[in-house]
Amino acid sequence: MKYFDGYRRADGKTGTRNYILVIPSVGCSQGIARQIARNLRNTVYLPNILGCGQIGSDRAIVKKTLAGFGWHPNVSGVLVIGNGCEQLPADEIAREISATGRRTEVLVLQDVGSMRKTISLGRKIVKDMLSNASSLKREPVLLSKLVLGTECGGSDYTSGLASNPAVGVASDMLVKEGASIILSETPEIIGAEHLLAGRAQTKVIAQKILDAVAWWEAKAVEGGQDIRDANPSPGNIAGGITTLEEKSLGCIHKAGTTPIEEFITYADHPSRKGLVYMDTPAHDIEQLTGMVAGGAQIVVFTTGRGTPVGSPIAPVIKITANKNTYSVMRDCMDMDLSKITEGRETLQAAGRRVFDEIIAVASGKMTKAERLNQQDFCIFKTNMNI
Amino acid sequence: MKQKMTAIVINEKDNVATALEDLHEGREIRVIVCGKDECVRLLTDIPSGHKFALFEIEQGSNVIKYGEPIGHSTVHIKRGQHVHTHNVTSPKNRSAR
Repeated sequence: MKYFDGYRRADGKTGTRNYILVIPSVGCSQGIARQIARNLRNTVYLPNILGCGQIGSDRAIVKKTLAGFGWHPNVSGVLVIGNGCEQLPADEIAREISATGRRTEVLVLQDVGSMRKTISLGRKIVKDMLSNASSLKREPVLLSKLVLGTECGGSDYTSGLASNPAVGVASDMLVKEGASIILSETPEIIGAEHLLAGRAQTKVIAQKILDAVAWWEAKAVEGGQDIRDANPSPGNIAGGITTLEEKSLGCIHKAGTTPIEEFITYADHPSRKGLVYMDTPAHDIEQLTGMVAGGAQIVVFTTGRGTPVGSPIAPVIKITANKNTYSVMRDCMDMDLSKITEGRETLQAAGRRVFDEIIAVASGKMTKAERLNQQDFCIFKTNMNI
Repeated sequence: MKQKMTAIVINEKDNVATALEDLHEGREIRVIVCGKDECVRLLTDIPSGHKFALFEIEQGSNVIKYGEPIGHSTVHIKRGQHVHTHNVTSPKNRSAR
């Protein structure tokens, strides 16, 4: 059994970080949230612009995502900032968060009256929360408490050949320790959905995967894009990718080879250990936001061409097997797996390095995205705002 | 690793390897299959990123990479031959629609 050093919360979950989070419940109060959090240690805000004008199921998704960030195990205390007339009141989100035992406060601009006063009150509240949070220390915690999000973006030939399979080795190792792994980005599995469904523990899970792919495929076709016909692209084929299955498997492999234990929708929380499938878009930041809202305390993000993306409350480990990308974009990249593509390291050995890095980052090692203050946030929705 | 590998086998169930650099016809390529060293003689040039067969693949059989079928062969493919769009096809699983 292996451990990481984490922050134990009252609800039994464990965090890899210990933030105070300022959540604007609507876009109108985003600026206030930003100014409350500005230059305060271990304090972040969510650059959220939704919370009013959403229709259909979008309101529920926005609420679930904001609340999911609020009661996330990486968060010690939450301040929700509302405007006062929005469709998703600050109080409603705060109630959802505080029900988990997380310390939650609310400030509403239209109640306080002035923006300056709201910011001043907000900063006082956050400083008090910081003082409480500072007394919490990291303790050894079983790896089974981890929920690892997996993502790929800016992919090139090294992604499917090297970095994703190596991360897959680490994912399998984590599943052996009892952790949960989230695989997502449904449009990327078009073409391999039957293979993924074949790994589902139950027929119900298998059918949900197939239904999710059918939904996304229909949406893409509605928007004029036939993903199945357009892939692999001429560039992919010239680079050696023969079929759509091969391309999709190259993406899926980052989550390892174990059976799929559960199917969850966007921003839902896994209720099972092992590999869990979350239905998200392939849009990098919406996918990342969904997995973190679902409780992922740490994320691995493979890339071929490079990307700076990070999350406000979860460390995102950036991994590339493209030597040139690592060399020129070293300020954004955490791990270099290019020895695999040079034939000087096996996937197993690289996977073990990834596993060790996950434990180190979960225990407090800073990622490049954190050093650069990359706090990317975007909530998936299916309808336009009105 | 003592010796640089020039091709990679991703999963022990795979019947193809992927070239890590441009490889030329006639060359003996060392690959690790199920933990064991094997040598495969290339029957054609294999560009970097492209696949070659580790075993004989009968016509109509699955081409396996990542431990899963990525398509099936349209002709008999010999060990060491280039495996790509000229001898592999897939239905792209249109039954999902």
